[in-house]
Formats: sequence, C-alpha cells, structure tokens
Amino acid sequence: MSLQQVEITSEELRHLVSNRAIEGETVLLNMGPQHPSTHGVLRLLLELDGEIVVNCIPDIGFLHTGIEKNIEAKTYEKAEVMTDRLDYLNTMGNNLVYCLAVEKLVDLDVPARAQAVRVIFTELQRISSHLVWLGTAALDLAAMSVFLYCFRERERILDVMEMCSGQRMMTTYFRPGGLWRDLPPEFEDAVRGILNDFPKRIDEYEGLLTNNPIFIDRTKGIGKLSVADGIAWGVTGPSLRGSGLAYDLRKEEPYSGYEQYEFDVATADGGDVYTRYLVRMEEMRQSLRIVKQALDKLPSGPFRSNNRKFVPPPRAELGTSMEAVIHHFKLWTEGFPAPKESVYVPVESPRGELGVLLEGDGGPKPYRCYWRTPSFVNLQVLPLLSKGVFVADLVAIIGSIDIVLGDADR
Amino acid sequence: MQLDSTLNAIVSDLETAFGAKPGEFRGRARVIVAPERIVEVARTLRDKHGFDMLAALSAVDYWPQREPRFHVVYEFKAVAKKLRLEIRVPLNGDEPELDSVTSVFPNANWHERELWDMFGLKIKNHPDLRRILMPEDWVGHPLRKDYPLGYEEVQFSFNFEDIDKRKPRPKD
Amino acid sequence: MGLEQKLGNMGIVTTTLENVVNWSRANAMWPMLFGLACCAIEMMGAQASNYDLSRFGMELMRPSPRQSDLMIVAGRVSRKMAPVLRRLYDQMPAPKWVVSMGDCASCGGVYNNYAIVQGVDEIVPVDVYVAGCPPRPEALIHGIMTLHEKVKAEKLKEWA
Repeated sequence: MSLQQVEITSEELRHLVSNRAIEGETVLLNMGPQHPSTHGVLRLLLELDGEIVVNCIPDIGFLHTGIEKNIEAKTYEKAEVMTDRLDYLNTMGNNLVYCLAVEKLVDLDVPARAQAVRVIFTELQRISSHLVWLGTAALDLAAMSVFLYCFRERERILDVMEMCSGQRMMTTYFRPGGLWRDLPPEFEDAVRGILNDFPKRIDEYEGLLTNNPIFIDRTKGIGKLSVADGIAWGVTGPSLRGSGLAYDLRKEEPYSGYEQYEFDVATADGGDVYTRYLVRMEEMRQSLRIVKQALDKLPSGPFRSNNRKFVPPPRAELGTSMEAVIHHFKLWTEGFPAPKESVYVPVESPRGELGVLLEGDGGPKPYRCYWRTPSFVNLQVLPLLSKGVFVADLVAIIGSIDIVLGDADR
Repeated sequence: MQLDSTLNAIVSDLETAFGAKPGEFRGRARVIVAPERIVEVARTLRDKHGFDMLAALSAVDYWPQREPRFHVVYEFKAVAKKLRLEIRVPLNGDEPELDSVTSVFPNANWHERELWDMFGLKIKNHPDLRRILMPEDWVGHPLRKDYPLGYEEVQFSFNFEDIDKRKPRPKD
Repeated sequence: MGLEQKLGNMGIVTTTLENVVNWSRANAMWPMLFGLACCAIEMMGAQASNYDLSRFGMELMRPSPRQSDLMIVAGRVSRKMAPVLRRLYDQMPAPKWVVSMGDCASCGGVYNNYAIVQGVDEIVPVDVYVAGCPPRPEALIHGIMTLHEKVKAEKLKEWA
C-alpha cells in the first residue's frame, strides 16, 4: 500500500461525467470521505452547475473490512462475533440472520422462548436504529435538539441489552440454537418501562418535526422514487415502503415466530424524503406493539436447543456426565460440521432486506458466507434521485435512504 | 420438502427452454444454467414469469477444483407473487468471462463490479467495470481461495522486539 | 528552548507560563469529527446528553481539520482510508493530539486480515489508546481525561 494522493481527475471518470465537465462548464467537487453529513465514510464526486447537482458518483470501500473472508477462517460459532460489526446499528439483527442461516443449514431446532426473546430484541434494535437515523438525519437538517432526545431514549434500550448480555452494542446474544443465556429477572420491568414511556416520546418528536414548515419545505418533493424504479434497482425496506408498496419480509416470509404477532406494515404514498420519514416513525410505533405482544405471551421453557451435537452443554453438566465433557471438547476445539449445501435466508433489517448466503463444505468452517446488505443496494439509487437537486437537498436525500457504511462496504 | 407448484412449473419451463438443471435444498429451488444463456434466462424470468427484482448476486470460489472453478449465484425475487429462485452459473478457468445482466436488472451494476473486484470475473458489456471496494491500485482479487488472508503475526512477549522492529511507524 | 534562554533563571515565570498555557489547551480542546464505524456511534453517545462531553470543553466537534486540536480515530481504518487519515492529520495545525478509540484503531481489533490497518499508530503518532469494542462512553471520557493530564504535564521545553 502506498500513500498515494487521492485525487480526482477527469481521466479516470471520463465515461461517467457529462461532456460539460470535460469542457470546464461544470465543477467537479469532492464530498470527501470525512464529511459531517455523509453518515460515515462515503465519498461522493459531485458534478455541480452552480449549486445544482448534475451528476453524483458514489465511491465506497473506505470501510471495507474483509469480513466475508475472515468468516471463512473461523468456525460457525466463533464467526458470529464478526457478524455484529457489519451493520453496527442493527447488531442483533445481524446476529439473528446469521443464526437463522446456520440453523437452516444444519437443521437445528429453536425453542419457543428463544424465538420470542429474539423477536423482542430485534424490534428493540429496530427502534434504536431508527432513533439514530432520526437523530442524524434531523441534525443534517439543523434540528439539533432531536439528536439529543433520540440518544437519551436510545440509552434506555442499550441498558436493557447490557442487562441481558453484558455489552451495549456488539452483544452476540443470539447463538445457533437459541440464546446465550436466560433473561435476568429485571428484564420484564425494564421493557415495560420502555413500553410505557416511548409512545409519548415519539409523539414529542413528531410534534417537533412533522408539521414544522421548515422541515416540510426541506423534505417534501425531494428525492422522488417510484415503485417501479425501486423494484428495478432492488431497493427494499422503508425506502420502498415510502413509495407506496406494502412489502415487508416479516409479513411475506415470516421467520422466528413473527406470524403470531399482529402489526401493520407502515406505508405512505409519495416516494419523497418526507414520506420515508413518516414510514420510519410509524414503524417505531408498530415495533412497540410487537414487543408488547411478545412480552405478554412470553413462553417459559428452555432458552437454547438441547441438540448436543451443535450446542455446547451448560457448565454444571460437565461435572456429572461423560458425554457432556466429550461434546464440550469436540464443539470448542473443532466445531460442528455442516452439509455441503447452501442456504439463503432473508430478514427485514431497519434498512431493507438483509440476507445471508451460507455455504458449507462438510467441515466446521463456513466455505462461503455472502451478506446481501441493504445499504449496498439502496445506495445505488442515489445518483438517480439526486439529478437536478441542490447540494443541500442531496444531504437530505442521503439521510433519508438511511445508509450505514459498515453495511455497504462489509 | 416439495417446492411450491408455481415454482415447479417455472423451473420445468426453464429446463425445457434453456437446458437448465434443477435442484432443491430445504425447500428452495436452485437451478444451474450455462453462462452463455444467463441474460436470456434473466429476461425470460422478468418478462414472462414476473421475477422483477434481483435480490442478490455473488460468487463462490471452488479452488483448487478447476471444473467448475466459480459458481456465480443469482437470487431472483418475484415481489407480487412472493417467490424466490436461485440460479447458479458455473464458470471455469482463472479469468472467466460473463455477460452482464445490467440491461435487464439495472441494480446488477455494483454487484458485478464487486464480482470483478473480489473474484476477478470479467463482466462483458458492463458500463463501468472498475474496482469498488478495494483501492484502485490494488493487485489481486481478495475473495479468491488462493489469495491469503493477509494476517499479521501476533506480538507475544517472546517475539515482541523482533516484530516491533519490523512494524511500520510514522516518521513524526 | 529560545524562551528559556531569554528568561534565564526566572523559574517562577516559566512554570506559571507552563501552567497557564497547558490549562488553556486542555480545557478547550476541540475534537475533529472522525467517526468511521461503530465506535463513532459511541462517540456520538458520549457527546449527547447522558455522558456530556461539553463539560470537558469539547462543545463543538469541528469537521474541518484546520479548526480542531484533537483527532479521535473512532473505528476501523481500512487500507483505502489510510492515506486520507494521514492527509487529515497533516492538515491539523500544531498543537495536535490523537486518541485512538477502540480496539480496531489501537491494534486492528477483531480483524487480522488484508483490509484493515493493524493499529492506527502505523500511520499517525498516538497519545492515548482507549480499549473496548466499542468502549463505553465512560471509557472514552476516561481516555480524554488521561489526555488532559498528559497535556497538563507538558513542559516548556517541548513547545517553546
């Protein structure tokens, strides 16, 4: 690796910029990897005619971590640690999709209690991810108090995660077969506290932004995406639902017991930045509804599968049973083997369809683990949405697509 | 597990029209298609059968096995009918070529750039084939199995000084 | 050096000058917004209302390197980002300090592979390392307070 200069020249991008740039009529501006409004390390090459964007060329890869190759070097259970750090705002969602893929590949059962707790945590994670989105998107549009309020609420959700797993963000709480350990007794009170307080807080944010004339001016009519364009470009999640199509993987291809819970799919017609904001606010309310139902119906029972070929035994058993010692030894030194087949499991992350293509090779390590991440696919539609807008509107559009660069670059 | 009946009909249609080989695992349909026919298959799936979204596009490297060396995996989704179909295209050799499906599904643009960057699969008729995740001047294709992981030796106390001498440090 | 020779043996003046300058540097250090990955979210959490960083003088996070003193490298640095990091460090005016937040910035973290720089101290000189994946906001504040102590202990010889 050489410390080369990172410069833009017309030569390397001649085929992407219009003729006006080459003649010198428009300006090529680098909205660099370090920028307060690009939500991470995203580099945008803008071709500007005054303040109007003629062309927008995204350049990603500044956070490429080689996670897929690193997963191939670890066993199935140990590789889960790497999965949290992909989309770092939806950590438990990444754990969930990885565990679902492993369970589908080796045909492992998951007890009902574990499935319900997984749903509770995934929905709490969705709320916390939307809170960060709201805080940063509003901050870009100069609504700074919303940022402070959202992070205050998020602390309560992080407290619940820390109570159960010991870690605020990168929890690795879901394991293949169920959960890492059972819920502590303080869990229910903490979550009921959240369920009581959050609806009023969401009303507070809506009161600040939804009917605010400045916010409406800056977001209505900007970045219009039609349903046909969205489907052709592979856009999923709230960005597609904001254009009017009620497509949610939790309803279409339910997983982990979602079919038992009643909730509405948040949709809005219009396809601009404002409707995507409305969709995400409504999604937060629906997530609270799902958490309430799951908590009320929480079944008792084991929290992890008993299949000792794949799940290590609890430490208390090691003193009494010889098979437990052998299973413990085999699983921690070698890991469990998976068949020579591949599975693809999609789930609904706060950004769209998150999918894992997991291929085994008969051994204890994944042969190929491909992550179909929503930010990578949703970001492709940015040049289409940003033709002919002002630079300030471009900032609003990037905020509304809700990209996380760890997701896009892997 | 049996496949959905509509999916069965679509898979047999592909079999007769394009000579595709069907397969199934845990309830998912998987069809193997020759590389020359992939653009026609994609167009037929979109226009005739209603698979309007390309959900995922990636590859698997089977080195040191040479025939096939790569499997390119296309995941198609029919949004209205709620169906999914996986198509695999086997490719041989060290620098294989593949036709681009960007004319049928525009979102394959970045996916195919990633295939070129990570696996070295040359995509024909691609509007903009450059590296996407690695720096522009990187040599090699990282996700191939013959590319090393590139890890750094861990500094324990017995080899601390040796590794410290070799570690690059800034000059100021 | 020059200042000490000019003031000669007036020890009291130099120590008071040291104290004043170090106190003013430590209490109004402005960090540069350099959040890369997950640690950036914890850094934003540290800046927000529960663990307020403004009470330590870091009211504003300046995105421009020309207007900041402290670079908190929060997150994993990939090989493509490394030249950008060095360029931003060079653009910061002296005096400048670097806090390496998190395991990935300190030593490569969980990732020991081709794509991640194994520790940002291969590129820029680091003053304080904060461990954790990601470090709690309290850990980051502890790191910043350690940096303040380091700044307050700087001697006249180093900057005059």
